[in-house]
Amino acid sequence: MDRFRMIFQYFQSNSESVMNGICGLLALASVKMYTCFEFSCPCLPRYNMAYGLGIMFIPPIILFLCGLILNRQSLVMLDEWRRPQGHRKKDLAVIRYMCSSIVQRAMVAPVVWIIVTLLDGKCLICAFSGSMDPEKFVGFANVTPVQVEQLLAKVPCKDDELMRNNTSHKAVSRYLRCWSQALGWSILLILIVAAFLARWLRPCFNQASLLQARHWSNYIDIEQKIFEETCCEHSRLFAHKCILHFFESMRQEIKLHNFSLPREGERDEGEEDLLQGITDQDQVNKLLKTWYYDKPPL
Amino acid sequence: MDKFRMIFQFFQSNQESFMNGICGIMALASTQMYSAFDFNCPCLPHYNMVYGLGILLVPPFILFLLGFVLNNNISMLAEEWRRPQGQRGKDPAVLRYMFCSMAQRAMIAPAVWVSVTLLDGKCITCAFCTSVPVETLGNASHPLLSQGEVQRVLAQIPCKEIYNGQELIANEVAVRYLRCISQALGWCFVLLMTTLAFLVRSLRPCFSQAAFLKSRYWSHYIDIERKLFDETCAEHARSFAKICIQQFFEGMSTDLVAARCHLPRKTSEDAGEASKKLLGITDRGTMNMALKSWHRCKPPLHLHPPALPSGNGWAGAEQPPVHPSTPRRETAAYYSLV
Repeated sequence: MDRFRMIFQYFQSNSESVMNGICGLLALASVKMYTCFEFSCPCLPRYNMAYGLGIMFIPPIILFLCGLILNRQSLVMLDEWRRPQGHRKKDLAVIRYMCSSIVQRAMVAPVVWIIVTLLDGKCLICAFSGSMDPEKFVGFANVTPVQVEQLLAKVPCKDDELMRNNTSHKAVSRYLRCWSQALGWSILLILIVAAFLARWLRPCFNQASLLQARHWSNYIDIEQKIFEETCCEHSRLFAHKCILHFFESMRQEIKLHNFSLPREGERDEGEEDLLQGITDQDQVNKLLKTWYYDKPPL
Repeated sequence: MDKFRMIFQFFQSNQESFMNGICGIMALASTQMYSAFDFNCPCLPHYNMVYGLGILLVPPFILFLLGFVLNNNISMLAEEWRRPQGQRGKDPAVLRYMFCSMAQRAMIAPAVWVSVTLLDGKCITCAFCTSVPVETLGNASHPLLSQGEVQRVLAQIPCKEIYNGQELIANEVAVRYLRCISQALGWCFVLLMTTLAFLVRSLRPCFSQAAFLKSRYWSHYIDIERKLFDETCAEHARSFAKICIQQFFEGMSTDLVAARCHLPRKTSEDAGEASKKLLGITDRGTMNMALKSWHRCKPPLHLHPPALPSGNGWAGAEQPPVHPSTPRRETAAYYSLV
């Protein structure tokens, strides 16, 4: 009993730790994905914007969905939301609490991706180099608008032959990177201040109902785990009984058809029990064949 | 009993974690395989497409099949599918559940391979370099080049060292274009897969949750039953073997006594367990004969009750062992017709 209690306390405290761990792992995975990914801007007028913004926003959506999929509590919450009412009333506050905690955890990895992208700057340079005002930069004067568009689109590609001889691309890059990093740091600051305020100001509003919601959401989680464990235990016992009955019925049939009763020998009782009266190659083969062709009813 | 229970709980809860672990290992193995693989585009007009698409699509198929092969539950599924009905009805929902969960896990490594390939870009660059829009990206009006020549030059885009169509279209421009398309396809593929996984996982509780719980319980039950049966058979085999060997040695020692007319010395009360375990064999020659007999003439798989004489006939090695169980054999034969 003590052992079970320890295990359940472990699960209780660990459900949240497990989810926080998964959250952290996803955030690290998003940083790793960004560094492994070979960003290559197409440097073509309309493709740049699509590529740059795509790289900035599609992986966060993927990471958000992954965060929802990998979180076990989302299934528990959906289960609780969709179940028929039956004898147990549904408490919407609990469902809302679970939903918000799941979404908060799932948002961490996408936010990390977006911030890393902005702080690195390549995406914004690729996306917005074509939208720059050429008059701000020396080196784009005396050039036709079409050529300006082409030149600006090629700014992210430093090794392009057109850009090698043109030093204004550095100015454009620096300008865009500066904006990108400023945006990145601002977003990070705003998010951290918001998280700080939320955590500090929460006890001032509705602390009692929050405690209740948290308790009942933990309860639902644990109840689900215990139910699954009990089902495992039950199926193990069921299987055990089923197999014992099968051996017993085989032994009965063998006894019925054997005219010589098994003698009481000097053999250990223990061994006799284990043999279940099956002491012959043919009997064993028969048993195995019967097990395959005619499994006992459940 | 407690120990068994804990071990079974471990297996049960860990069967899924074990399968997930194998899944993850295969996904890692597929990325490792891709980075270890030395991609060599042939840079010839028709071969490029075949090579590129082959590298994109054939390894995922292999990884998918491997995912099934490495999954222990495939034999369980096959057994449950093919067994005769007998007294126990078959539930197709359980079979469907088992197949779906195995297929889902087997799909992960191929999906990882396809994503990594598309995000890297080499395959698509190799396969579609001849379809680059030269009019928009380069000089389509380059003189003196027939269609076939243009195709041949474009096919060399992935091989920078031998590319000689710089006037037609710059190599970097074409490669960047193709890689951009490839990465866009890759991210869209990953998004699609993730969305599908999310929908499958989140829509299930909304429909047929009760049926799902039932199928999951019975598929775990079948697994546990199979394991328990194997365990019981192993225990039975152990006892069977122990008694068989005990009877073999007893037969040997009886025959020894009969052949050598030596009465077994009455072991004193305090000789104890050790002399009992010697089973009447106390010198090298006898032991050697016992070992030879074990090799040349193993006893039949039939444990007779201890009161019956055990004519194992080791002394005359050419003599076949006598079966005292002929009537029983007939009974067993009757059995096999049932």
